[in-house]
Amino acid sequence: MPIDFSWLIGGPQGSGVESGANVFAKVCAEMGYQVFGKREFYSNIKGEHSYFTVRVSDKKIHSNVNDVTLMVAFDAETIFRHFDEISTNGGIIYDSDLENIASDDVHTLDEYFKERLHKFLESKNKPFTISGVLEIAKENGSSLFPVSFKGLLADLADKTANPKLRGLVRMYNVLGVSLSLGLIKMTPDSLLKSIESIFSKKPLIAEINKQAATFAYDYSINNFHNFPYALKGTTKESNTILAQGHFGTSLGKMVCGCRFQSYYPITPASDESVYLESNEILEVQNDRPGSTLVIQTEDEISAIGMLIGSALTGARSSTSTSGPGFALMTEALGWAGRNEVPLVITLYQRSGPSTGLPTRHGQDDLLFAINAGHGDFPKIVYASGDIEESFYDTGRCFNYADIYQIPVIHMMDKFLSSSVVTCKKFEPKKITINRGKLLTHVDGTYKRFHLTDDGISPRSKLGLDGGIFWNTGDESDEYGHITEDPTVRINMMDKRMSRLDMIVNQVPHDEQIATFGISDYTIISWGSTKGPIIDAIDLLKKEGFEIGFLQIKLIHPFPTDYVKSLLKDVKIIIDVEANHSAQLGKVFKQNVLRDIDYYVVKYTGRGMTSTEIYESLKKILENKANHREVLSHGA
Amino acid sequence: MALKLADYKTNVHNDWCPGCGDFGIVNALQMALAEMGVQRDKAVIFSGIGCSGKTSHFINTYGVHTLHGRVLTFAQGAKLANPNLTVVAVGGDGDGLGIGAGHFVAAGRRNVDMTYIIFDNGVYGLTKGQASPTLKLGEKTKSLPTPNTNYNVNPIGLAVASGFTFVARGYSYDVRHLKDLIIKAVNHKGLSFLDVLQPCPTYNDINTRDWYAGVDLAKESMERHSRIYKLEDVKFDPMVHIDEEAEVNEKLAQALIKSLEWGTKIPIGVFYQNEIVSQYRDRLVDKIPNYVENSPSEQNISQNGLPSTDISKILNSLEV
Repeated sequence: MPIDFSWLIGGPQGSGVESGANVFAKVCAEMGYQVFGKREFYSNIKGEHSYFTVRVSDKKIHSNVNDVTLMVAFDAETIFRHFDEISTNGGIIYDSDLENIASDDVHTLDEYFKERLHKFLESKNKPFTISGVLEIAKENGSSLFPVSFKGLLADLADKTANPKLRGLVRMYNVLGVSLSLGLIKMTPDSLLKSIESIFSKKPLIAEINKQAATFAYDYSINNFHNFPYALKGTTKESNTILAQGHFGTSLGKMVCGCRFQSYYPITPASDESVYLESNEILEVQNDRPGSTLVIQTEDEISAIGMLIGSALTGARSSTSTSGPGFALMTEALGWAGRNEVPLVITLYQRSGPSTGLPTRHGQDDLLFAINAGHGDFPKIVYASGDIEESFYDTGRCFNYADIYQIPVIHMMDKFLSSSVVTCKKFEPKKITINRGKLLTHVDGTYKRFHLTDDGISPRSKLGLDGGIFWNTGDESDEYGHITEDPTVRINMMDKRMSRLDMIVNQVPHDEQIATFGISDYTIISWGSTKGPIIDAIDLLKKEGFEIGFLQIKLIHPFPTDYVKSLLKDVKIIIDVEANHSAQLGKVFKQNVLRDIDYYVVKYTGRGMTSTEIYESLKKILENKANHREVLSHGA
Repeated sequence: MALKLADYKTNVHNDWCPGCGDFGIVNALQMALAEMGVQRDKAVIFSGIGCSGKTSHFINTYGVHTLHGRVLTFAQGAKLANPNLTVVAVGGDGDGLGIGAGHFVAAGRRNVDMTYIIFDNGVYGLTKGQASPTLKLGEKTKSLPTPNTNYNVNPIGLAVASGFTFVARGYSYDVRHLKDLIIKAVNHKGLSFLDVLQPCPTYNDINTRDWYAGVDLAKESMERHSRIYKLEDVKFDPMVHIDEEAEVNEKLAQALIKSLEWGTKIPIGVFYQNEIVSQYRDRLVDKIPNYVENSPSEQNISQNGLPSTDISKILNSLEV
């Protein structure tokens, strides 16, 4: 039987939900399974509800699904919020000490949620307690696996004659993971190995955790029975890595030669910068070590200012930010456009407007990115659809920036950043480095903004002998000095803006759009919806329905003619996006001059699951869908 | 071949108002660069927005005319990526102490080895004379509809409090003295700040050239009575000589007290200098030993179009 198993761990923020989930994901990956994990959390340091879903399969997966096969809960809130997601035949491992807790006892359960919960429990004639909701789960066909976490620790303390273990709630996450792995009959070896590697610098703590893990694992094997799922391992695919969300762009930056990154802390973008700084010294083939200079600035305005200053010296330079930070960068972005400065802004979008849902997902900033900055200037907006491709796309973005001497906005998002997935090991040799017309020496008189036949001037850099130039935010002449002359203005504007057509004509088609089949019904989408869309159309294919999918990566300038040619025989166009106004759809209509037949949108701040996309596509195929389908799954 | 003063000048038309104090500053800056023999293509003048922002176009080195308030960010980025550049940032007092005040403070905390010169005239000239951060409370320059309602920023005090390690004030009509100050500032190892009093003949009818020269005071005393005096003439010692908290505190405090002098006696010269504080590059070298020799702008990133960075250790550690 093929394995498709979804595991959920939840708990208060700060209780080790994430590290527990990472252990679980690592163990599954090491047993040969494909993994797709995703973290959801509040904008909070300690106490609010955080959960992590890890989907495990023996074939390639690209998304989460609605149903949870096994949930492990060591707090009441997790049970209240997720009991109704457990699949028939699924299970819940939970702390039996929680059974009498009522929803009103849980102060982090907000009123809106409680109102819905109470209404539902009333309709089912159940008490507003953990026992009440668990009864419903049981009636739905889920198996319950109660165990006192406190009791487990007490028994372990007795067994090891180490009274300190009593009440060590910090270890609840390890207990939860171990109980889960026991229940699904996974061998404990890689669990213990994982723990060792996590606590490699603290052997004593590693030892205690290993004892607790073994104890809980054995408890589970001996006491939990009749769970129909066993994940005993599968053939491991070679060259597989387990990648965190920001690994694609961070490792991509290292490889493609980004040597300067300035940033201001913001969720969900800072992980990338912190990772770059943690690995600031770089190994270089046949050369002395290199380094990435990571500068934490006083604000995002300074981040982009520094980045431009660095880029002017010829160093490949970038920043990583999210919507509110990007908003602050827009004035300087125009300066970079005006001065033909190559730079890359990695934009990890989240849900807006303003602070919005600061730790939640959204593809809200596409139109903003395209239109960022006052005045007319060229830029590229390029979107990655998953972690693996974001590695290679990072290399492309830096090449585009150098070749066309313009700012590139690389669209990423929170869905990607808080995912952990198995994917093919990144291949650095597949990244090429093209610095465009960057000069290493200058002969004769130099004019930075020289009007050339192809519209791109040879580029000097600060400090280059004989390459003196001037920059200004004003309009300038070929040297870079201020001018307000109308004729020069026309020449310079035309020169800069000519790049947009050049890009559409020169960037290879497979870099502009990834095509996953074209059919009578074809989806257009962008960014991280890619994974759930691929899984959804795969499900439909098994049922005999063909649905095409264009993942548009180069969104600005928009590859109008290419899109038109791909869609010429398509009857129904479906736009799938994680934002309210279907922003790609607007760009599409403006350029392609064609209507979109159906929209599938989601703006709850939770990423799309393949289940919900599948369901809405099914409705569309059956002609039962609304023109605009709005998705809402996820706590 | 030795470079002459003329080599540091461009032929760009200068459209500042006749009598503008900015001329003295740009002249002093060109003279300083010439006297130091700074290699033109290793020097970058960064400038902000406004009249003073045009400065970079008049100097024949690399010139980067940036955005309002952001000049320090661009300048630091360039210096960090290529620490071999000589970097001078210039801008108005509205630029640096109004819209850019956050960057001013943050730059002090870093102590990057470069120089920042503020053209301090108390008004926003290019937008027709609104009150700028250094205009005193209650003063009414001629374009203001009503007297200034804000207390003034003390640029010298703010600089020492923020961590600048060289803090001085010049006067744009004492070009020679200003030139010497610029040389000291550029030679200082760390972030140097120069507040240059610069009369705006068009919009500041209070702090005029005559006012600084004490013409109004002279009427009373019937003798020449310049408000400006030089700290070196009163044996003021701005230097932190020993690495002791008491010494540093004393020198900071005396700089702050001196900076509060205004009215009939206005000090110029060096208020504070501390070369004991580590430069930002030293802090970077502690983490990245070859940062200076192999800075971001110097690094070899590719061979035959392929990346030369080797991340195989990281990738192997991620393998499952």
